[in-house]
Amino acid sequence: MKNEWPLWEIFIRGQHGLSHRHVGSLHAPDAEMAVKNARDVYTRRNEGVSIWVVEAKHITATAPGEKGPLFEPSESKVYRHPTFYDIPEEVGHM
Amino acid sequence: MAEVDKQALLQFLLRMGDNTLILGHRVSEWCGHSPVLEEDIALANTALDLIGQTQLWLGYAAEVQGEGKTADDIAFLRDAWDFRNVLLVEMPNGDFGQTLMRQFLFDAWHSIMLGRLMKSSDKTVAEIAEKASKEVAYHLERSADTVVGLGDGTEESHSRMQAALDYLWPYVGEMFESDDVDDAMAAAGISVDPASLREDYDALVCKILSDATLTIPESRFAHKGGRTGYMHTEHLGHLLATMQWLPRAYPGCQW
Repeated sequence: MKNEWPLWEIFIRGQHGLSHRHVGSLHAPDAEMAVKNARDVYTRRNEGVSIWVVEAKHITATAPGEKGPLFEPSESKVYRHPTFYDIPEEVGHM
Repeated sequence: MAEVDKQALLQFLLRMGDNTLILGHRVSEWCGHSPVLEEDIALANTALDLIGQTQLWLGYAAEVQGEGKTADDIAFLRDAWDFRNVLLVEMPNGDFGQTLMRQFLFDAWHSIMLGRLMKSSDKTVAEIAEKASKEVAYHLERSADTVVGLGDGTEESHSRMQAALDYLWPYVGEMFESDDVDDAMAAAGISVDPASLREDYDALVCKILSDATLTIPESRFAHKGGRTGYMHTEHLGHLLATMQWLPRAYPGCQW
């Protein structure tokens, strides 16, 4: 697979004020071309105001096998949700 | 506008619109055939931009012509000798490198030309140029990057890009030819003398081709006959046969 261009993960910000969201991936020879390809592949229908590209190999991800130890312990800790407080009316929407 | 020669204006608009129409069609021929998916989509976007610009140029041409025709009539119901595009844009796609070299050589001219047309005394021309120039700025950035990437790439990509440049360079000169139509357009402030674009063009193209480690052929010989309609290459007829068969076989058809 030596002749394949590296894989890039693409993040697009849809509007000012929102954060970038992962929209997909593509191949490109370098970061500049990845931005251009992202522009052509993912913003054809006026989806974006900003593009981030990250080469996929630079992303460190959790392993699906570690799901139990990583995420299950928080399932039983309902007290971490701030739902036990009485909020005075005057405070309004938080 | 009364003092502007309508025939000259019409010829000028056909030249602009036929350039984008024929190149747009040529580039669209890659759709589904590009070496990688990303380039396929990028080329299709470029083709669509060019066809969109064609609608504006030929739409205005139809208005100036005043015979009740539409942009579609002009695009699909004329024959090869009626077309006014430069020969460069009708040249075959060749390999991917040749397509991108043709694109770069045209984009460089196109971006400089549109920059001048944005100051046109004709409001419609200025508005079309304004809209098109943003699209073309991107086309140029992309084709220039690719020419550098492939020119200064592997031994094979370099030799293919040099071959493409050698093949296409004799078609560059025609973009800077002037005739009575150009004189009339320049005098009316609608367009500029094409020869006046050459200096900016050479500076831009020399820079990019030098970054691409490519050598510009020494000969300044220029094939011509496209923008005057005197003589197109054999390639245009084949292109038109593909592009025009449907509206000609089924006149007025809609779907």
